[in-house]
Amino acid sequence: MINLVREPLIFEISSPGKRAINWPELDVPETKGLLSEVPIREDLEDFPEVSETEITRHFTRLSQMNYCVDFGFYPLGSCTMKYNPKINEKVAAMPGFTLVHPLAPESLVQGNLRIMKTLEKLLAEITGMDAVTLQPAAGAHGELTGMMLIRAHHVAQGHPRKYVLVPDSAHGTNPSSAHICGYTVKEIKSNEKGTVSVEELVKVMDEEVAALMLTNPNTLGIFESDICQIADIVHAKGGFLYMDGANLNALAGIARPGEMKVDVLHLNLHKTFSTPHGGGGPGSGPVAVKKILSPYLPVPVIEEKEGYYYLDYQRPQSIGQVRSFYGQFLVIIKALSYILSLGPKGIREMAEIAVLNSNYLRKSLEGIYHLKYDTPTLHECVFSDKFQKEYGVSNLDISKRLLDYGLHPPTMSFPLVVHGALMIEPTETESRRDLDMFIEAMKAIDREAKENPELLTSAPHVTYVRRLDEVQAARNPVLRWEQKK
Amino acid sequence: MNYISISDKDKKEMLSRIGLNSLEELFTTIPESVRLKRDLNLPGPLAEAELLEYFEARAQENTYDQYLSFLGGGAYDHFIPAVVDYLSSRGEFLSPYTPYQPEVSQGTLQAIFEFQTLICQLTGLDIANASLYDGATGAAEAVLMAYRVKGKRRLLIPSNLNPQYKRVILTYTKNLDLEVMEIPYDQAGQMDKSSLEEALKVEASVVLIQSPNYFGVIEDLKTLSEVTHRAGALLAVVISEPLALGLLEAPGKLGADIVTGEGQSFGLPLSYGGPYLGFMACKKDFVRQLPGRIVGQTVDVEGRRGFVLTLSTREQHIRREKATSNICTNEGHCALRATIYLETLGRQGLKELAWINLQKAAYALKQLTSIPGVSRKFSGPTFNEFVLEFPENWEKISAALKEKRILGGLSLGQRYPELKDCALVTITEKHSRDKIDRYVDALKEVLR
Repeated sequence: MINLVREPLIFEISSPGKRAINWPELDVPETKGLLSEVPIREDLEDFPEVSETEITRHFTRLSQMNYCVDFGFYPLGSCTMKYNPKINEKVAAMPGFTLVHPLAPESLVQGNLRIMKTLEKLLAEITGMDAVTLQPAAGAHGELTGMMLIRAHHVAQGHPRKYVLVPDSAHGTNPSSAHICGYTVKEIKSNEKGTVSVEELVKVMDEEVAALMLTNPNTLGIFESDICQIADIVHAKGGFLYMDGANLNALAGIARPGEMKVDVLHLNLHKTFSTPHGGGGPGSGPVAVKKILSPYLPVPVIEEKEGYYYLDYQRPQSIGQVRSFYGQFLVIIKALSYILSLGPKGIREMAEIAVLNSNYLRKSLEGIYHLKYDTPTLHECVFSDKFQKEYGVSNLDISKRLLDYGLHPPTMSFPLVVHGALMIEPTETESRRDLDMFIEAMKAIDREAKENPELLTSAPHVTYVRRLDEVQAARNPVLRWEQKK
Repeated sequence: MNYISISDKDKKEMLSRIGLNSLEELFTTIPESVRLKRDLNLPGPLAEAELLEYFEARAQENTYDQYLSFLGGGAYDHFIPAVVDYLSSRGEFLSPYTPYQPEVSQGTLQAIFEFQTLICQLTGLDIANASLYDGATGAAEAVLMAYRVKGKRRLLIPSNLNPQYKRVILTYTKNLDLEVMEIPYDQAGQMDKSSLEEALKVEASVVLIQSPNYFGVIEDLKTLSEVTHRAGALLAVVISEPLALGLLEAPGKLGADIVTGEGQSFGLPLSYGGPYLGFMACKKDFVRQLPGRIVGQTVDVEGRRGFVLTLSTREQHIRREKATSNICTNEGHCALRATIYLETLGRQGLKELAWINLQKAAYALKQLTSIPGVSRKFSGPTFNEFVLEFPENWEKISAALKEKRILGGLSLGQRYPELKDCALVTITEKHSRDKIDRYVDALKEVLR
């Protein structure tokens, strides 16, 4: 990373008359007087004017200020920051895919439809579910879609019901998605093992509960071993079991949500299936369902008849459309490419090594960092800053100090059930050398906490910018550049 | 391939440190009854060379590229400068996550800050977010945002709204006990003002306007804004072809309170519908109700400028069920592409490109309507799309044009039965005069 050069905003290096593009001469006769009745913009005042050299340098320098998976270990818990294979980028960039208009006649896009139908089938097999929609644009969008399917079913039965149950360890999108779908959220407390308490569930589950949203393995990395019993309790009252599939990386090829009596789940193609996170999207959040919910899937549904693929909009019970067109098509291509490259054994191995790497980290750091729950974990584990707090050092300080070691910190302060959480998910693509580097850094930071806590509370020291004032950012929001008048 | 970096020797040593004998034992918390006792029934593994072959074969099953296409209606085929692909494909942009650690994410954060600035400049509003999924969900988020501000259960949307956007708004509002009412269009193809005035006699939270609308017609935003605000509602404007903003007055300057839209035109390939880019901007009074991530400027401990995600008390990870939206992952990389695209085009290039689109569409409109029986359906001003009326059902003409390897436009009859003889025709800078003339000649033959 370049620390000496401060890269200005593009607007600050702009100067009149410079340009980075030329257009061909207009090859049709000019028509005068167009838009004469419409308010016209005289000028794009303050829009940048720079050369192509400047554009290239600007974004190359910006890129060098980013930490990324291509550079190193990125153990953000529940985000599954695995390596993004390069062949997937190459196939998704084929002009035969990128240049196709979404409203092209079906007969001219058979390859695209076949790709989508194929991925649907493979995801159905991996999850043990009956039908899949690829339409949702991200994980949270998949949650919303899944909750809408559940609601549509209850409405068809005559009553939408009122409540959705969400464990206190759940990701914030779960309660938010349920709320946007018109439900009131009831939180269920985790038990001393860090899992859903069956006794608690029995108490709150009734005919007004539409669904339970369960992440499995949960955000502590713990498998909800009672899941079948939980499903039975929910089903007995006519509710549905929704599974947040964010952590499917721990299960693929090992066990299937379908067999766990899950009724609907979403997947994150940008987590489990290796598509790049892009600095915050695009993601893709397919939803898989059991037969009972398939009539409600978003339109259009891709159908196949004798080798011909088509889009079916004639689905009277469908919840409708949740976004434009059919889904994040290029992301879908990358995910399919990934699954095909791994094959069945590779998918299983992916989960095995993800869990091995996580347990290796856990074992190596146990005792040095506090572990609230001693229940065995799968693909991730959640430590806390409890031991280091004694020296006045928080999870934030530990995270910022990791940056000085050239490593990306774990997810901080989540899940909420662990105070001062450090949630670590290494993924299967990391080498032992990278894992050991992280372990050694974490150990060194623990020593520093005891010997020189100030080193941590003032970290990071070697990054492009040092600790940033987030309070000021929120108190006096500056959300855009403006020309100094 | 499995992209795993652990050797067999590593595996043994790691298991032994954990105190286990086999990988199997890592999964003992999963009950036997739900364990998969067989291999998944999946194809593969394919080697890299085989993957290429597989996807080349699928790409060849798409024959769309053998046709001359005039399709638009929410997805536009624009030229993408080489720097956009080149720079955006850097691993430093593709492979990080949402910038939760700002000290090592300044590249992503500064790019988003520039994106927010560009969107504010284009829309004429104070504040923009870091992106939404696409134009359709943007439209839905906009009406829900207006409802949070105003609290009136009635939402007015135009009948000349992109049908995809309408469907998504209906899906999003269905479960929330909201009333969505549609305002008809007039002979100019614009929102019918007297119908709007009539509808606003009952209080509504928002009037949503698409401009240019689904018929390609530019709306009279100034008048609609006056009507809307007089009745105490918010004006939300949605744009599916934001290139028009290179020429048209910024909606914020004409009274819009919220502007949202589809950013695909800004450097994203058509890609059969995704990933695309939703954008949203608003007046600063409404910032607490704006959905999605927002980047703000601040300083580090040494007083140097830096950027962070901010105002997160609106968001799901803090507010949980009380958040303004459930959005978490957005379209970060698409916003980056749009930023590179817009900064490459710059002050002159964007304006010129919009002008080229306007001129080419005007030429095409003139040539096509010079054919006997073909007329312009709506009298309102247009940008790069327009509706043509034909002497008979468009489906028939469309099929005949397809025989000649031309996709002449989008049919409107399914959504608007009264427009069954009409088509929406889109022209961009990628349509050379020769291509436009080929369409004109083919249409002449078809109608002969």
